[in-house]
Amino acid sequence: MSKEKEIKLDTKMSYWERNRLSHGYLLRKSIRKWSISIFRAVLLFGLCFLIVQPLLNKLSVSFMQENDLYDSTIISIPRHFTTENYKLVAELIEYKSALLNTTWVSLLSSFLQIVSCTMIGYGFARYKFPLKNLLFACVMLTIIIPPQTIMSSLYLHFQFFDFVDFFGIFKLITGKSITQVSLIGNGVAYFMLAATGMALRSGLYIFMLRQYFRGVPKELEEAAYVDGCGKIRTFIQIMLPDARPMLTSVFLFSLVWQWTDNFYSTLFFRKITLLTTHLGTIPEKLLIRSGTNTPPATAYGQMMTATGMLITIAPLLILYMFAQKGFVESLSQTGIKM
Amino acid sequence: MAENNAAPESIQVVNVPKRRRGSSMAKRNAIAGILWTLPFTIGFVAFMLVPIFESAYMAFSNVTIDITHHSYVKEFIGLKNFDYILNVDPMYKRQLFESLGNMGLQIVAVLIFSYFVAFLLNQEFKGRAFVRAVFFLPVILSSGILVNLDTQNSLLKDMTQLIKESNNAASRITGVLEDVLASGNGQISDLMQTIFDLVNSVYDIAIASGIQIIIFLSGLQTIPASMYEASKMEGCTGWESFWKITFPMTSSLIIVNVVYSIIDFCTRSDNVVMSQVKATMLQKMDYGQTSAMAWLYFAFIGVIVALVTFIISKWVYYYE
Repeated sequence: MSKEKEIKLDTKMSYWERNRLSHGYLLRKSIRKWSISIFRAVLLFGLCFLIVQPLLNKLSVSFMQENDLYDSTIISIPRHFTTENYKLVAELIEYKSALLNTTWVSLLSSFLQIVSCTMIGYGFARYKFPLKNLLFACVMLTIIIPPQTIMSSLYLHFQFFDFVDFFGIFKLITGKSITQVSLIGNGVAYFMLAATGMALRSGLYIFMLRQYFRGVPKELEEAAYVDGCGKIRTFIQIMLPDARPMLTSVFLFSLVWQWTDNFYSTLFFRKITLLTTHLGTIPEKLLIRSGTNTPPATAYGQMMTATGMLITIAPLLILYMFAQKGFVESLSQTGIKM
Repeated sequence: MAENNAAPESIQVVNVPKRRRGSSMAKRNAIAGILWTLPFTIGFVAFMLVPIFESAYMAFSNVTIDITHHSYVKEFIGLKNFDYILNVDPMYKRQLFESLGNMGLQIVAVLIFSYFVAFLLNQEFKGRAFVRAVFFLPVILSSGILVNLDTQNSLLKDMTQLIKESNNAASRITGVLEDVLASGNGQISDLMQTIFDLVNSVYDIAIASGIQIIIFLSGLQTIPASMYEASKMEGCTGWESFWKITFPMTSSLIIVNVVYSIIDFCTRSDNVVMSQVKATMLQKMDYGQTSAMAWLYFAFIGVIVALVTFIISKWVYYYE
């Protein structure tokens, strides 16, 4: 009876009365709670600002005129507001065609990558076959070996590529090759890499997808097999629909990293203008455009580079705004472990 | 009980007619597995194994392009390429060791930072979704060519500097602190100087730790809440439960993150060694030297990865 009474009183008591009853414990506890959350808020705000600041800097610089850069009273708000920079940079890096090219190249290669990596990951997760562990060690090897190590050999390999006589046996006998083609400029080489799970960070995607498929209960597929569903149909109709968030996440990662990549694009896409190809050479482009021998001021060139970077990542930022969940949530569900 | 025991036996008695022709389930599964992973096998053999051996051979040979025959010739010259890059090339040796040193520092910093941030982001607070979105932004911002251009851009750096300096009060306090702690000589002040340098480059660290935060966060989320509950009932403080539960449960992810960070560091476009390697290939057209440079760097990285994995895996705790 007395306990019930106390509880009833509790709800009517003021904060200070309750604090007095608990001998100051309530006050101490709430002070601690508040100070922790204030400290956390300040810290997180600072760190967020740190991460976003370069982006904001670029944004403010991109709207400035050249003389604003030399004015020491201007830090981040442009006095002579202008959109001229955007027009000039768009012209220099051939924005329209480059954007179009980058879009289809990234979409195609991410699509090929996701198809191959899903298949490979599923094979590793579900089937037992001889030398499986060795093959999986090879996947880890592709993650660990930087592509730069083999790039010279790969480059020459594709420069003198041979579809028919792949290992050069025929050539060894006759001394020359008929079916040799160069696959370097047009990106075919890269799409071949993507389709065989060897492109930019493919190993990582295989690893992620294998991890995901291992977590899916086997009973789902067993039920399908019992009902007479074939292996391929089970994969397409049972496994893929459930894996959609994970696939979206891998696709987005692959798209973004492909978009900004300049290692493979300078190697394999010489003839196709991508957004990243001209980004590093904007100051030189400015020099050529001015038609004189004096290079443009460093600050001016860098202002243009900043603008160029901004318009390069703008589509990605828009994508990130809408698909932010797809990037993060499904990845954290896989429970990556080693 | 007796009835339950009898049931499986009665099933075993039923004679399943054995299939004579065709293969067993295990065999068919093995074939399916080989077929599913076939693209990778092809890709690995054609675009990894062959190039690996070839580029390893190239590192020991002089490669010349034969334009008339549309091919390239490899001539074995032993260790001459390595001799050249280590003893004649003025840049490579310095860049190699500088890059390895930087890597060690940065990876320790990235690990601590990303663990800390993942821990913060795992707590409940208002606006968590937004903060998470911002912290994962570096996944976009620091990829590919962007990070390279960002580090070159002195204009934006000046701006950051200006904004930093305009916060006079804060910078004065940390400046005095830095002067006091890092002045004088001796190991402690050197250590302090290193720590201050790291703190000053917190942006580089934050931008390099997007994926690592996600990995740690995913680890933190898999820890069952019942563990914390049980420890709380036994009178465990937050500090103790961190070291007794949280840290051991996520320790296996430290290996993943170390390996990922090392690889990320090596392959980033602002890595000095790698850009030097690429320049040698595309401008100097010396494929033998390029391979030698890349292989030497990779050998160092491989040894470091193996060592670190070995050392960490000694005290990693596996829950299962």
